[in-house]
Order: sequence, then C-alpha cells, then structure tokens
Amino acid sequence: MRQDRGRLLAALIARCRDFSLAEEALQEAAISALTHWQRGTPANPTAWLLRVAGRKAIDRLRHGQRGAVVRETLERLSQFEGDDPEDIPDDRLRLIFTCCHPALEPKSQVALTLRTVCGLTTADIARAFLDTEPTMGQRLSRAKAKIAKAGIPFAVPGPEVWADRLDAVLTTAYLIFTTGYTAGPDEPRDLCAEAIFLTRLVNHLRPDEAEVEGALALMLLTHARRAARHGAGATIPPAEQDRSLWDARQLEEGRALLHTAFGRRRPGPFQIKGAIADCQMADPGPDWPQIMALYDVLWRMEPTPVVALNRAVALAETGDVTGAVAVVDRLSGALAEYQPFHAVRAMLLARIGRVAESRAAYDRAIRDASAAADAAFLIAAQQKLPCEGHS
Amino acid sequence: MKYLLLLYVDPAKEPAPDSADFSDYMGGFYAASQKMAAQGAFLAGEGLQGVETATSLRIRGGKVETMDGPFAETREHLGGFYLIEAPDLDAALAYATTIPVAKIGTVEVRPVMVYDTASAA
Repeated sequence: MRQDRGRLLAALIARCRDFSLAEEALQEAAISALTHWQRGTPANPTAWLLRVAGRKAIDRLRHGQRGAVVRETLERLSQFEGDDPEDIPDDRLRLIFTCCHPALEPKSQVALTLRTVCGLTTADIARAFLDTEPTMGQRLSRAKAKIAKAGIPFAVPGPEVWADRLDAVLTTAYLIFTTGYTAGPDEPRDLCAEAIFLTRLVNHLRPDEAEVEGALALMLLTHARRAARHGAGATIPPAEQDRSLWDARQLEEGRALLHTAFGRRRPGPFQIKGAIADCQMADPGPDWPQIMALYDVLWRMEPTPVVALNRAVALAETGDVTGAVAVVDRLSGALAEYQPFHAVRAMLLARIGRVAESRAAYDRAIRDASAAADAAFLIAAQQKLPCEGHS
Repeated sequence: MKYLLLLYVDPAKEPAPDSADFSDYMGGFYAASQKMAAQGAFLAGEGLQGVETATSLRIRGGKVETMDGPFAETREHLGGFYLIEAPDLDAALAYATTIPVAKIGTVEVRPVMVYDTASAA
C-alpha cells in the first residue's frame, strides 16, 4: 500500500495540480473502499482507488469555483475513467522533485516527501523530528500552500538545473536516512528503510544516474553495519565492530552499485562518500590511506568544515596526529555547535597527551550527544584518559 | 503567472559608472531584458534612483509621518525590478539567474497576487 499510495497521489496531483485536493480525494476513496470492498475486492484495487479518487476530486471541484483552469483540470481527471490500470503513468518522479524543490525549506522538503511519497502520517513525521503534530501539520500546510501560490511546477527539472535539483532530492533522502540512523530501528516507522525505498524509487524511475547509485550505495553500506554498531549500550566505531553482524547482502549490493556508478566516469560527492563507507569496511581494517585520498577528492567538491573535520580524522589515522589537531583547532569557530567536532577533538588531543583539554572536549561532546549510546561510548573513552598532571 | 523580480544590491558592490566593468554590467541587464522580451515574458522593468533619494511614509494614529530614507536599514537596497509573465516558478527562477544583480546581490522572486480566485491555479 505504501508503494500504491505514493503512486496514486502522484497521478492525482499530476492532474489536479493541488496537493490538498488530491490527498482529500484519495482519503475519501479509501473510506469508500472500506464499505465497497466488503462485498469483494475489485480485480485491480489500485485502479479502483484511482477511479474513485478521481471522481471525488471532480465532485469537489464542481462544488467549488468555475473557470477555464477548473475545466481543464476536470478534463484531465476524467481520463482516469477510461484508463487501463496498466497504463496509469508513474508520476512519482515529478512528485519527488516537487516535494524537494529548493524553494521549500529543507525540513519542509523532508516532511512533504515523507508524507506524500512514502505515505507516513503527520504524527509519524512529527515524532521523528521531535515536533508536535500540530506544528508539523502547519509546516506541511505551509509547504503545500507555497507550491500552489508560488507556482512550483509539478515537473522533473530540465537539463540546465538537473544536477542541482537531483542533488537536492538525494540530500533530502540522505537527511531522512541519517535521522533514522540516529534514532535507531525501534521507531514505529524506520526512516532508514524509507530513505532507501525513496532512493531505490528514484534509481528505478531515472536509471543510470551515477549519483543516485552512489547515494543508494552509501545508504546500503552504512545500513549494513547497523546491527553491529551498538554493544553494551554504547556505539562501536566501524573498525572495532563484529564483522559477522554486518549484513552481507546489503554490503554486496552497495559495492556492486558503487562499481557501476564509478564505471560511468561522472564522479560526485555521494559516490565519494559511498566509497569512503566502503573503505571503512575493508578487510581486515579500514583502508586509511585510500580514505585520505577520497577525502582529498571530496574536499575539492565540497570544501565544507565538516569535510575538513572528517579529513582530519583520516590524516590522524595515516600517522599525522599533530597535523590533524592543528586542522581541527582551526575549525573550532565554524563547528563550535557541531557535536562530532568535540568528539573528534577529544580523541585527537588524548593521543598527543593534551589530557586536560581532551577531558574538557569529551565533557562537551557527552553533553551534546543526541543518542544515549553515543554518550556511553564517549564516557568510556573519557574514563580511559590518564590522570591529570601528565599533560 | 506574473512574478515580480526584486533586485536587491549593495551599491558599493556595483561597478562605478566610469569603470571598465560598468558597460558589461549594464549590458547584462540589457541582455536579460532582451531575452525576456523575445520570449514574451517581459511586462515591465526599471532601475531605481539611489536609496538616498528614497522617502518613506506611514500613517500612525491618523497622522502622516514622512521620513528620509528606506524603511529598513540594510546594506542591500531595492535597486530595481522586473515584472514578468512565466508559466511557473522554475521559469521565473531561470530568468532571475540572467540578471546581473544575482551575482553580487539577491533577486527575490515573488508571485503576484491573483484576485480572481476562479482563475487562480
């Protein structure tokens, strides 16, 4: 039904050009189904729902305003009556690009995508993003109103803006993934699974895009480690994880996707990040020189403080801890509010014997940790620091 | 749909009228206007006199208050506008990228209010 809801909604929005009307019509059709289907499920439930939802939308439009635009909309909606169910076009790619339009706030892009494409309820989304349901409802309403009022098209973007807009879609999917990865798999709706579903869908609807494959590989390779990343209530870094707990099928699929993507010779940041995730899982341990080289490439594409921080970790692991500390200290202004900055700095300072500073950085990282398991890992590391006075 | 493209720019970042870059800058506006006109999108467009010529007015408690300068104190000032007709926001944004101000200031793209709700999409 998740697949179907997004697809039905996309088909309806493509024709009535109105998110709210499409959602209400589909909701009414689903309610009708509850009574009608008791007498027997139709041969093609999806086509039945689309036909009934189309009629519901037509009813609502007829009761509302009249005009040239309404006439055209009615014409488009009435096409569902004659459609062979197999001929219903899949409009979900247009839906995804509309939901991830950069004219919407990033958080609204995420919420709208989860609501319309993945079919989560407003309550589920609010819970995942630690918002109240009314606040999330208002966010969704504002986003839908902006799409209508600002004339955000229900369209797959053209070649001149394709790369930027695809990046916006993949960034949204990855944000959904990382939110789920931080929250853990026990939430009622696993956002990691939703993000992988969404990225698979984009890959299916627009195949042969290296960055889509790269993003999907990044998610699968990260997700493959999920069962191994916690032990005794604390986070375990990839290098120390029990490899037998890694999901071999996801690992294999992720690596195959990366291989295909790099074969297209159109490198991009998601492919590089996917390759870094792959190198972290190298046998018998992380391939740090290769990770360092990949961060150099990523830095040229995305010269952001976060990339500089991650590159510094690779620098330390390849032997230059002092150099890494110098890099990290230069980032203290830009990343002061970024929890991983303090965690990385604490670990690096410990390695060069600046114990008191390390302890203070651990305090800050523990205080700001978003997950209890991350805090537990940091507390254990802090307790291993030698006594003060040696620094 | 109609869109108003509002051009905000810090005058200090604009090339001086006697500089070598000035003709390129003005040529950029000319080219953008020509493109909009050729595609039937151009409805109106003007540059504005400097913000030092601005006068703001408001009525409070029935009393007209007139004052020198713009209402908001910001470095980037409204320096001009285009009114265009475009099928959707993506088309409007594509025109906005052709305006030279986008490189040194900000182009704000605003849909124009439609009062006839029957024909509002």
